[in-house]
Amino acid sequence: MAKDNKTIIELKNIYKDYSTDTVTTNVLKGISIQVKKGEFIAIIGPSGSGKSTLMNIIGLLDTPTKGTYILNGTNTINLTEDELSFLRNREIGFVFQSFNLLRRATTLDNVILPAIYAGVSNAKRMSRAKEILTKLGLQDRLNNQPSQLSGGQQQRVAIARALMNNPELILADEPTGNLDTKSGEDVMNILKKLNDEGKTIVLITHEHSIANQAKRIIKLIDGKIV
Amino acid sequence: MEFKELIKLSLQALVANKLRSFLTTLGIIIGVFSIIVLVSLGSGLQSYITSQIQGFGSNLIFVIPGRVGGARTPGGVVTNKLFIQDADNIKNKLRNLASVAPVISQASTVKYKSIENKGTSILGTSSNYTKAVQNATVEKGIFFSSSQEQSGARVAVIGKTVKENLFGEKEAIGQRFFIGNNIYTVIGILKKRGAVFGIDQDNTAVIPISVARRQFGVTNVNAIYISANTESQIPFIEKQVKELLLRRLTEDDFTIQTAESGLEIVTNVTNILSLALGGIAAISLLVGGIGVANIMLVSVTERTREIGLRKALGAKRSDILKQFLLEAIAISLVGGMIGIILGLGTSILVSLLFVSVVTPWSVILAFVFSVAIGVIFGMAPAIRASKLSPIEALRYE
Repeated sequence: MAKDNKTIIELKNIYKDYSTDTVTTNVLKGISIQVKKGEFIAIIGPSGSGKSTLMNIIGLLDTPTKGTYILNGTNTINLTEDELSFLRNREIGFVFQSFNLLRRATTLDNVILPAIYAGVSNAKRMSRAKEILTKLGLQDRLNNQPSQLSGGQQQRVAIARALMNNPELILADEPTGNLDTKSGEDVMNILKKLNDEGKTIVLITHEHSIANQAKRIIKLIDGKIV
Repeated sequence: MEFKELIKLSLQALVANKLRSFLTTLGIIIGVFSIIVLVSLGSGLQSYITSQIQGFGSNLIFVIPGRVGGARTPGGVVTNKLFIQDADNIKNKLRNLASVAPVISQASTVKYKSIENKGTSILGTSSNYTKAVQNATVEKGIFFSSSQEQSGARVAVIGKTVKENLFGEKEAIGQRFFIGNNIYTVIGILKKRGAVFGIDQDNTAVIPISVARRQFGVTNVNAIYISANTESQIPFIEKQVKELLLRRLTEDDFTIQTAESGLEIVTNVTNILSLALGGIAAISLLVGGIGVANIMLVSVTERTREIGLRKALGAKRSDILKQFLLEAIAISLVGGMIGIILGLGTSILVSLLFVSVVTPWSVILAFVFSVAIGVIFGMAPAIRASKLSPIEALRYE
């Protein structure tokens, strides 16, 4: 996939407030970020800096209090919950810190999940899932449940799942946080390779050693980019 | 999300918590089971009683003393004001009757040599009793004639129980035996009639009414059987008999029963019974449904993270709703199926020993009910699941 200069993420002046009965907390205070297709960026910040909230907004799991977010040409403000689901399904591949695999489902069943919600036929999604899993070196683990896999293998299954619907954007939230050094390196290498193949990677981390592997670093402190 | 996938998911969920699923389905199993069994029992009772009444004959009217459901003397005793003359009156004044048979009945002990048979129902009646009462037929020998009736011959036609208890395998016809203190000769044996409500219809001896009057010292009768030539004459005859009796008696002194009026009462009673039984069963199904709702709420809470993940990966509200709704339906449907199988088996077993008629509608009702329970009681938990915000759900520990 050739890199072009199309903007995939455009955040303009994003604010996010959380209110309880008595206190309003301003978590994000006017964030503007532009990410071009094919970029590999890391968002880094200490805990409480608002990076998780930012990640949720980029991932369309949460909506900003104020501001504009255009994802791959679509203005996401004022979309319904189901429309957001649709966009997440097609445009974003999620990789979570705690893998978030269905523990009773096999590797294959976990990986095909996004394709089920996209309405891809069983034969097609099965062959695609096997293809991706083979590429990630999991061809011998197709029918294992997560509990039978190592942490590194589980995260690779999660990455395979993120790739299932061939989204432009991979959103990885502390993807190495629950892994040992070796497995963490493997995961980072996979992400770099995916970026080389043209995927846009947005990585959230609090570790400088991880963030430094990205091509661009956005530093977040106290809800602002510094 | 396609249906096949939903089915797979719901079955996986059931299998994942086998004991829990089983206990939840048990509530539905018991509910559906009891609906089928109790309704079958109700229907069986109804058809049994109906066939018993029809056994008396559909062109039969019988008059009994006292008013059913009417005023009673203190203590509930009915003063019997019905006499043999009333029967004669009906016979003489009304045309187009096939036959009229007054009946005096008394319980008495019968004795042959040293063998006694207690509680035998002695029926004193006229020679056309077998014509008036359809299910009384002589199997062996003869019934007494009108000349025997008039001459007061001490002859008896006995039921199967009396025959077996007194004479065993021996030839009974021509034998002499005691009813009370008088000697009678057996001239015929009635065909077996079986028991009605636990009362043995074959522990009986039928004797001429003239003899019975003398033996028991009574002049009033316990029933008058009137049979019409055709069923269509019944309402007309019923009216005439009533008018005739009212010349001498009041409304409270007698009741005219036809097979139809009897059926009506029985149908009413058994319908209420069926409804009551069905109602009790429905309550148990309701309790089962609450169990389903309960377990679905637990399931939704337990799988909050899963719901969040599914939403993050692109599940729409309706996908989550369908998933949990189908799971609830699967639980109650599996329970329903097992309940239907057990209920049908039990009903069939009961029908061999007692009365029970499996009605297709009770099976259909039970099936529809169990699906409906799944939908109704699964709906609230499923809606709750579908409304979870993905971010909250993913954060849930």
